[in-house]
Amino acid sequence: MFGSSIERALVSCGQTIVYVDRHHAREVLRWLRDTPDEDYDYLVDLTAVEYRDPERPLEVVYQLRSLKRGAELRVKAELDKDQPLDVDSVVSLWRAADWLEREVYDMFGISFREHPDLRRLLMWETYAEGFPLRKDFPLRGRFSRAEQVRQALAASPESNYSMEELSVAQAQYDLPPDMRERLERGERGRVPEPKVQDDG
Amino acid sequence: MGLKPSDWSGGGQQRIVGQVSPNWVTTRLDFLVNWARANSLWPMPFGTACCAIEFMATAASRFDISRFGMERLGYTPRQADVLLCAGRLPFKLAPVIRRIYEQMPQPKWVISMGACASTGGIFDTYAMVQGIDTVVPVDVYVPGCPPRPEALLYGILLLHKKIKGETLADPTLRTERHLERGDLRIPARLIDELSEPFGNSIHQTRSA
Repeated sequence: MFGSSIERALVSCGQTIVYVDRHHAREVLRWLRDTPDEDYDYLVDLTAVEYRDPERPLEVVYQLRSLKRGAELRVKAELDKDQPLDVDSVVSLWRAADWLEREVYDMFGISFREHPDLRRLLMWETYAEGFPLRKDFPLRGRFSRAEQVRQALAASPESNYSMEELSVAQAQYDLPPDMRERLERGERGRVPEPKVQDDG
Repeated sequence: MGLKPSDWSGGGQQRIVGQVSPNWVTTRLDFLVNWARANSLWPMPFGTACCAIEFMATAASRFDISRFGMERLGYTPRQADVLLCAGRLPFKLAPVIRRIYEQMPQPKWVISMGACASTGGIFDTYAMVQGIDTVVPVDVYVPGCPPRPEALLYGILLLHKKIKGETLADPTLRTERHLERGDLRIPARLIDELSEPFGNSIHQTRSA
Protein backbone atom coordinates (compact mmCIF):
# COMPACT_ATOMS: atom_id res chain seq x y z
CA MET A 1 0.00 0.00 0.00
CA PHE A 2 2.71 2.44 0.99
CA GLY A 3 5.28 0.80 -1.24
CA SER A 4 8.79 1.96 -0.61
CA SER A 5 7.76 4.13 2.34
CA ILE A 6 8.00 1.03 4.49
CA GLU A 7 11.72 0.41 4.61
CA ARG A 8 11.96 -2.71 6.72
CA ALA A 9 10.36 -4.44 9.67
CA LEU A 10 11.77 -6.65 12.37
CA VAL A 11 10.81 -8.21 15.65
CA SER A 12 12.97 -7.44 18.67
CA CYS A 13 12.19 -8.74 22.17
CA GLY A 14 8.65 -9.51 21.07
CA GLN A 15 8.16 -5.98 19.79
CA THR A 16 7.39 -5.34 16.14
CA ILE A 17 9.43 -2.46 14.80
CA VAL A 18 8.62 -0.88 11.47
CA TYR A 19 11.01 1.54 9.80
CA VAL A 20 9.27 4.07 7.61
CA ASP A 21 10.55 6.78 5.28
CA ARG A 22 10.68 10.06 7.16
CA HIS A 23 8.83 11.95 4.43
CA HIS A 24 5.86 9.63 4.68
CA ALA A 25 5.84 8.89 8.38
CA ARG A 26 2.72 10.92 9.05
CA GLU A 27 0.69 9.24 6.28
CA VAL A 28 1.67 5.82 7.59
CA LEU A 29 0.81 6.83 11.16
CA ARG A 30 -2.49 8.30 10.07
CA TRP A 31 -3.32 5.06 8.31
CA LEU A 32 -2.36 3.08 11.42
CA ARG A 33 -4.64 5.25 13.52
CA ASP A 34 -7.66 5.32 11.20
CA THR A 35 -7.79 1.87 9.65
CA PRO A 36 -10.30 -0.26 11.61
CA ASP A 37 -8.12 -3.37 11.66
CA GLU A 38 -5.14 -1.40 12.96
CA ASP A 39 -6.82 1.11 15.26
CA TYR A 40 -3.74 2.44 17.03
CA ASP A 41 -5.57 5.14 18.95
CA TYR A 42 -3.00 5.77 21.67
CA LEU A 43 0.44 7.33 21.28
CA VAL A 44 2.32 5.87 24.24
CA ASP A 45 5.55 7.73 23.61
CA LEU A 46 7.35 9.77 21.04
CA THR A 47 11.08 10.05 21.44
CA ALA A 48 14.34 10.05 19.53
CA VAL A 49 17.56 8.05 19.63
CA GLU A 50 21.07 8.91 18.60
CA TYR A 51 23.49 6.02 18.52
CA ARG A 52 27.12 6.11 19.49
CA ASP A 53 28.13 5.04 15.99
CA PRO A 54 28.37 8.38 14.16
CA GLU A 55 27.47 6.72 10.87
CA ARG A 56 24.07 5.66 12.07
CA PRO A 57 21.18 8.03 11.52
CA LEU A 58 19.06 9.52 14.27
CA GLU A 59 15.74 7.81 14.81
CA VAL A 60 12.41 9.28 15.78
CA VAL A 61 10.49 6.58 17.63
CA TYR A 62 6.71 6.38 17.81
CA GLN A 63 5.39 3.85 20.30
CA LEU A 64 1.79 3.08 19.46
CA ARG A 65 -0.85 1.07 21.24
CA SER A 66 -4.32 0.01 20.31
CA LEU A 67 -6.37 0.12 23.47
CA LYS A 68 -9.15 -1.89 21.85
CA ARG A 69 -6.99 -4.66 20.45
CA GLY A 70 -4.29 -4.58 23.11
CA ALA A 71 -1.64 -4.51 20.40
CA GLU A 72 1.58 -2.56 20.39
CA LEU A 73 3.65 -1.32 17.48
CA ARG A 74 6.86 0.65 17.30
CA VAL A 75 7.37 2.86 14.29
CA LYS A 76 10.73 4.44 13.57
CA ALA A 77 11.73 7.11 11.11
CA GLU A 78 15.43 7.45 10.33
CA LEU A 79 16.99 10.90 9.90
CA ASP A 80 20.34 11.13 8.18
CA LYS A 81 22.68 13.56 9.86
CA ASP A 82 23.78 15.21 6.62
CA GLN A 83 20.23 16.27 5.84
CA PRO A 84 17.97 18.72 7.70
CA LEU A 85 16.60 17.04 10.82
CA ASP A 86 12.88 17.40 10.37
CA VAL A 87 9.78 15.24 10.20
CA ASP A 88 6.08 16.00 10.01
CA SER A 89 4.40 16.71 13.31
CA VAL A 90 1.77 14.23 14.45
CA VAL A 91 0.01 16.62 16.83
CA SER A 92 -2.92 16.58 14.42
CA LEU A 93 -3.21 12.81 14.98
CA TRP A 94 -2.55 12.58 18.70
CA ARG A 95 -2.65 15.65 20.94
CA ALA A 96 -0.25 13.82 23.27
CA ALA A 97 2.49 14.46 20.73
CA ASP A 98 2.55 18.19 21.51
CA TRP A 99 4.91 18.27 24.46
CA LEU A 100 6.68 15.07 23.39
CA GLU A 101 7.70 16.68 20.12
CA ARG A 102 8.73 19.83 21.96
CA GLU A 103 10.93 17.71 24.22
CA VAL A 104 12.53 15.93 21.26
CA TYR A 105 13.15 19.30 19.62
CA ASP A 106 14.64 20.65 22.84
CA MET A 107 16.96 17.71 23.44
CA PHE A 108 17.89 16.63 19.89
CA GLY A 109 17.22 19.62 17.67
CA ILE A 110 14.83 17.68 15.43
CA SER A 111 12.18 20.06 14.17
CA PHE A 112 8.63 18.96 13.56
CA ARG A 113 6.92 20.57 10.59
CA GLU A 114 3.50 22.07 11.28
CA HIS A 115 3.84 21.78 15.03
CA PRO A 116 1.57 24.47 16.53
CA ASP A 117 4.04 25.76 19.15
CA LEU A 118 7.50 24.30 18.62
CA ARG A 119 9.78 25.77 21.27
CA ARG A 120 11.97 24.38 24.00
CA LEU A 121 10.19 22.46 26.74
CA LEU A 122 12.77 21.58 29.40
CA MET A 123 15.54 24.12 28.84
CA TRP A 124 14.62 27.76 28.90
CA GLU A 125 13.78 29.69 25.79
CA THR A 126 17.06 31.55 25.36
CA TYR A 127 19.24 28.48 26.01
CA ALA A 128 22.10 28.86 23.54
CA GLU A 129 24.38 25.88 24.13
CA GLY A 130 22.74 23.51 21.71
CA PHE A 131 20.84 20.28 22.10
CA PRO A 132 21.90 18.41 25.25
CA LEU A 133 21.12 14.81 24.29
CA ARG A 134 23.13 14.88 21.07
CA LYS A 135 26.27 12.79 21.26
CA ASP A 136 28.50 15.73 20.36
CA PHE A 137 27.19 17.72 23.33
CA PRO A 138 29.63 17.77 26.27
CA LEU A 139 28.13 16.61 29.56
CA ARG A 140 28.84 19.89 31.34
CA GLY A 141 27.68 22.05 28.48
CA ARG A 142 29.66 24.23 26.14
CA PHE A 143 29.98 27.43 28.16
CA SER A 144 31.90 28.10 31.34
CA ARG A 145 29.98 27.69 34.58
CA ALA A 146 29.95 31.43 35.20
CA GLU A 147 28.52 32.07 31.75
CA GLN A 148 25.91 29.39 32.33
CA VAL A 149 24.86 31.00 35.61
CA ARG A 150 24.76 34.42 33.98
CA GLN A 151 22.60 33.26 31.09
CA ALA A 152 20.30 31.30 33.37
CA LEU A 153 19.80 34.33 35.61
CA ALA A 154 19.06 36.46 32.56
CA ALA A 155 16.19 34.19 31.54
CA SER A 156 12.65 35.18 32.41
CA PRO A 157 10.72 32.55 34.36
CA GLU A 158 7.39 33.80 33.02
CA SER A 159 8.36 33.17 29.44
CA ASN A 160 8.24 29.41 30.02
CA TYR A 161 4.48 29.64 29.66
CA SER A 162 2.53 30.14 26.48
CA MET A 163 -0.47 32.42 26.25
CA GLU A 164 -2.64 29.35 25.94
CA GLU A 165 -1.27 27.92 29.19
CA LEU A 166 -1.79 31.21 30.95
CA SER A 167 -5.32 31.44 29.63
CA VAL A 168 -6.10 27.94 30.93
CA ALA A 169 -5.17 29.23 34.38
CA GLN A 170 -7.29 32.33 33.71
CA ALA A 171 -4.17 34.25 34.60
CA GLN A 172 -3.56 36.30 31.49
CA TYR A 173 -5.78 39.18 32.61
CA ASP A 174 -4.06 39.39 35.98
CA LEU A 175 -0.58 39.73 34.54
CA PRO A 176 1.21 42.97 35.27
CA PRO A 177 1.60 45.05 32.11
CA ASP A 178 5.36 44.55 31.82
CA MET A 179 5.03 40.79 31.98
CA ARG A 180 2.28 40.90 29.41
CA GLU A 181 4.47 43.00 27.19
CA ARG A 182 7.39 40.60 27.62
CA LEU A 183 5.25 37.63 26.75
CA GLU A 184 3.91 39.27 23.66
CA ARG A 185 7.36 40.31 22.55
CA GLY A 186 8.49 36.70 23.03
CA GLU A 187 6.10 35.59 20.29
CA ARG A 188 3.91 33.67 22.65
CA GLY A 189 0.83 34.22 20.55
CA ARG A 190 -1.97 36.67 21.06
CA VAL A 191 -3.51 37.49 24.42
CA PRO A 192 -7.13 36.38 24.05
CA GLU A 193 -9.67 39.19 24.29
CA PRO A 194 -11.67 39.20 27.52
CA LYS A 195 -14.95 37.39 27.10
CA VAL A 196 -17.92 39.76 27.13
CA GLN A 197 -20.54 38.49 29.50
CA ASP A 198 -23.81 38.41 27.59
CA ASP A 199 -26.59 38.56 30.14
CA GLY A 200 -29.31 38.63 27.51
CA MET B 1 43.58 31.33 43.28
CA GLY B 2 42.54 30.91 46.85
CA LEU B 3 39.23 32.09 48.18
CA LYS B 4 39.56 35.14 50.38
CA PRO B 5 36.74 36.52 52.48
CA SER B 6 37.11 39.84 50.71
CA ASP B 7 36.12 38.21 47.42
CA TRP B 8 32.74 37.38 48.82
CA SER B 9 31.81 40.82 50.00
CA GLY B 10 32.37 42.45 46.65
CA GLY B 11 35.93 43.72 46.66
CA GLY B 12 36.82 44.00 50.30
CA GLN B 13 35.37 47.50 50.59
CA GLN B 14 33.02 46.62 53.41
CA ARG B 15 34.30 46.83 56.94
CA ILE B 16 32.62 47.10 60.27
CA VAL B 17 32.21 50.83 60.68
CA GLY B 18 30.05 51.10 63.74
CA GLN B 19 28.32 54.40 64.23
CA VAL B 20 27.83 53.16 67.76
CA SER B 21 30.71 51.55 69.53
CA PRO B 22 29.54 48.48 71.43
CA ASN B 23 28.64 49.23 75.02
CA TRP B 24 26.54 47.65 77.72
CA VAL B 25 23.24 48.89 76.27
CA THR B 26 23.88 47.78 72.70
CA THR B 27 25.17 44.36 73.66
CA ARG B 28 22.15 43.76 75.90
CA LEU B 29 19.90 44.91 73.07
CA ASP B 30 21.72 42.64 70.67
CA PHE B 31 21.19 39.75 73.04
CA LEU B 32 17.48 40.41 73.26
CA VAL B 33 16.94 40.94 69.53
CA ASN B 34 19.02 37.94 68.52
CA TRP B 35 17.34 35.75 71.11
CA ALA B 36 13.96 36.69 69.69
CA ARG B 37 15.03 36.26 66.08
CA ALA B 38 16.80 32.95 66.56
CA ASN B 39 13.90 31.35 68.34
CA SER B 40 11.15 32.25 65.93
CA LEU B 41 12.61 31.61 62.51
CA TRP B 42 9.96 31.26 59.86
CA PRO B 43 11.29 29.04 57.10
CA MET B 44 10.44 29.33 53.44
CA PRO B 45 10.93 25.75 52.21
CA PHE B 46 12.23 25.55 48.67
CA GLY B 47 12.06 21.78 48.25
CA THR B 48 13.06 20.43 44.85
CA ALA B 49 14.18 16.87 45.49
CA CYS B 50 14.65 14.08 48.02
CA CYS B 51 16.05 16.51 50.60
CA ALA B 52 12.55 17.91 50.81
CA ILE B 53 11.33 14.50 52.02
CA GLU B 54 13.85 14.65 54.84
CA PHE B 55 12.77 18.19 55.53
CA MET B 56 9.17 17.00 55.82
CA ALA B 57 10.32 14.35 58.26
CA THR B 58 12.09 17.08 60.22
CA ALA B 59 8.92 19.13 60.30
CA ALA B 60 6.75 16.21 61.42
CA SER B 61 6.12 15.19 64.99
CA ARG B 62 9.07 12.86 65.55
CA PHE B 63 11.75 15.50 64.97
CA ASP B 64 9.45 18.48 65.26
CA ILE B 65 11.14 21.72 64.25
CA SER B 66 8.46 23.63 66.13
CA ARG B 67 10.72 23.03 69.12
CA PHE B 68 12.93 25.68 67.51
CA GLY B 69 10.13 28.08 66.71
CA MET B 70 10.01 27.00 63.09
CA GLU B 71 6.61 25.34 62.91
CA ARG B 72 5.21 28.11 60.76
CA LEU B 73 6.23 27.02 57.25
CA GLY B 74 5.37 29.93 55.04
CA TYR B 75 5.13 29.38 51.33
CA THR B 76 5.18 33.09 50.78
CA PRO B 77 8.67 34.59 50.82
CA ARG B 78 7.30 37.89 52.11
CA GLN B 79 6.60 36.30 55.48
CA ALA B 80 9.72 34.23 55.91
CA ASP B 81 13.11 34.56 57.57
CA VAL B 82 14.98 31.49 56.35
CA LEU B 83 15.14 30.30 52.78
CA LEU B 84 15.69 26.57 53.09
CA CYS B 85 16.79 25.17 49.74
CA ALA B 86 16.28 21.42 50.02
CA GLY B 87 17.39 19.71 46.86
CA ARG B 88 19.14 20.26 43.58
CA LEU B 89 18.70 23.52 41.74
CA PRO B 90 18.54 23.40 37.95
CA PHE B 91 19.66 26.46 36.02
CA LYS B 92 16.08 27.04 35.02
CA LEU B 93 15.19 27.63 38.68
CA ALA B 94 18.11 29.99 39.32
CA PRO B 95 16.15 33.16 38.50
CA VAL B 96 13.25 31.81 40.56
CA ILE B 97 15.24 31.27 43.74
CA ARG B 98 16.91 34.65 43.31
CA ARG B 99 13.54 36.34 43.05
CA ILE B 100 12.28 34.48 46.11
CA TYR B 101 15.36 35.60 48.01
CA GLU B 102 14.86 39.19 46.93
CA GLN B 103 11.23 39.09 47.99
CA MET B 104 12.13 38.06 51.54
CA PRO B 105 12.36 40.98 53.96
CA GLN B 106 15.41 41.54 56.11
CA PRO B 107 16.57 39.98 58.35
CA LYS B 108 16.91 36.82 56.29
CA TRP B 109 19.15 33.80 56.16
CA VAL B 110 19.67 30.91 53.78
CA ILE B 111 20.24 27.25 54.59
CA SER B 112 21.55 25.08 51.78
CA MET B 113 20.40 21.56 52.57
CA GLY B 114 22.15 18.59 51.01
CA ALA B 115 25.03 17.94 48.65
CA CYS B 116 23.23 19.09 45.51
CA ALA B 117 22.13 22.46 46.83
CA SER B 118 25.56 23.07 48.31
CA THR B 119 27.82 21.89 45.46
CA GLY B 120 25.77 20.42 42.65
CA GLY B 121 26.39 17.00 44.14
CA ILE B 122 26.41 14.13 41.68
CA PHE B 123 24.79 16.33 39.05
CA ASP B 124 27.91 17.78 37.46
CA THR B 125 25.96 18.37 34.26
CA TYR B 126 24.86 21.02 31.81
CA ALA B 127 21.58 21.57 33.62
CA MET B 128 22.51 22.02 37.27
CA VAL B 129 23.66 24.97 39.34
CA GLN B 130 26.92 23.95 41.04
CA GLY B 131 25.98 25.21 44.47
CA ILE B 132 23.26 27.75 45.19
CA ASP B 133 25.87 30.09 46.66
CA THR B 134 26.61 31.11 43.07
CA VAL B 135 23.07 32.56 42.97
CA VAL B 136 22.12 33.61 46.51
CA PRO B 137 24.27 34.06 49.63
CA VAL B 138 24.23 31.04 51.92
CA ASP B 139 24.64 31.06 55.72
CA VAL B 140 24.66 27.37 56.62
CA TYR B 141 25.50 24.36 54.46
CA VAL B 142 24.11 21.02 55.60
CA PRO B 143 26.03 18.14 53.99
CA GLY B 144 24.46 14.78 53.28
CA CYS B 145 22.70 13.01 50.46
CA PRO B 146 20.12 13.59 51.76
CA PRO B 147 20.97 14.76 55.29
CA ARG B 148 19.10 13.03 58.07
CA PRO B 149 16.72 15.20 60.10
CA GLU B 150 19.30 15.30 62.91
CA ALA B 151 21.78 16.85 60.49
CA LEU B 152 19.29 19.48 59.44
CA LEU B 153 18.49 20.23 63.07
CA TYR B 154 22.21 20.61 63.72
CA GLY B 155 22.37 23.05 60.81
CA ILE B 156 19.47 25.00 62.25
CA LEU B 157 21.24 25.13 65.61
CA LEU B 158 24.36 26.41 63.84
CA LEU B 159 22.21 29.12 62.31
CA HIS B 160 20.92 29.97 65.79
CA LYS B 161 24.51 30.29 66.90
CA LYS B 162 25.31 32.53 63.96
CA ILE B 163 22.29 34.74 64.60
CA LYS B 164 23.16 35.05 68.27
CA GLY B 165 26.59 36.34 67.28
CA GLU B 166 25.22 39.18 65.18
CA THR B 167 25.32 42.76 66.34
CA LEU B 168 23.27 45.80 65.44
CA ALA B 169 26.47 47.83 65.43
CA ASP B 170 27.47 46.14 62.17
CA PRO B 171 25.52 47.87 59.38
CA THR B 172 26.96 45.61 56.69
CA LEU B 173 25.08 42.58 58.01
CA ARG B 174 21.76 43.71 56.59
CA THR B 175 22.87 45.55 53.48
CA GLU B 176 21.84 44.04 50.21
CA ARG B 177 23.31 44.68 46.82
CA HIS B 178 20.80 45.42 44.13
CA LEU B 179 21.31 42.99 41.27
CA GLU B 180 19.74 43.39 37.87
CA ARG B 181 18.50 40.33 36.02
CA GLY B 182 21.50 38.42 34.75
CA ASP B 183 23.95 40.02 37.18
CA LEU B 184 26.31 37.66 38.95
CA ARG B 185 26.48 37.83 42.73
CA ILE B 186 30.15 36.86 42.94
CA PRO B 187 32.91 37.28 40.36
CA ALA B 188 32.78 34.96 37.36
CA ARG B 189 36.17 33.42 38.07
CA LEU B 190 34.96 32.45 41.54
CA ILE B 191 31.96 30.66 40.06
CA ASP B 192 34.26 28.79 37.71
CA GLU B 193 36.55 27.93 40.60
CA LEU B 194 33.72 26.79 42.86
CA SER B 195 32.30 24.67 40.05
CA GLU B 196 35.54 22.79 39.39
CA PRO B 197 34.90 19.06 39.23
CA PHE B 198 35.89 17.03 42.25
CA GLY B 199 35.67 13.43 43.34
CA ASN B 200 34.77 10.97 40.61
CA SER B 201 33.69 13.61 38.16
CA ILE B 202 37.29 14.75 37.55
CA HIS B 203 37.52 11.81 35.15
CA GLN B 204 35.04 13.47 32.84
CA THR B 205 36.47 16.15 30.62
CA ARG B 206 34.59 19.09 29.23
CA SER B 207 35.07 17.83 25.68
CA ALA B 208 33.92 14.24 26.14
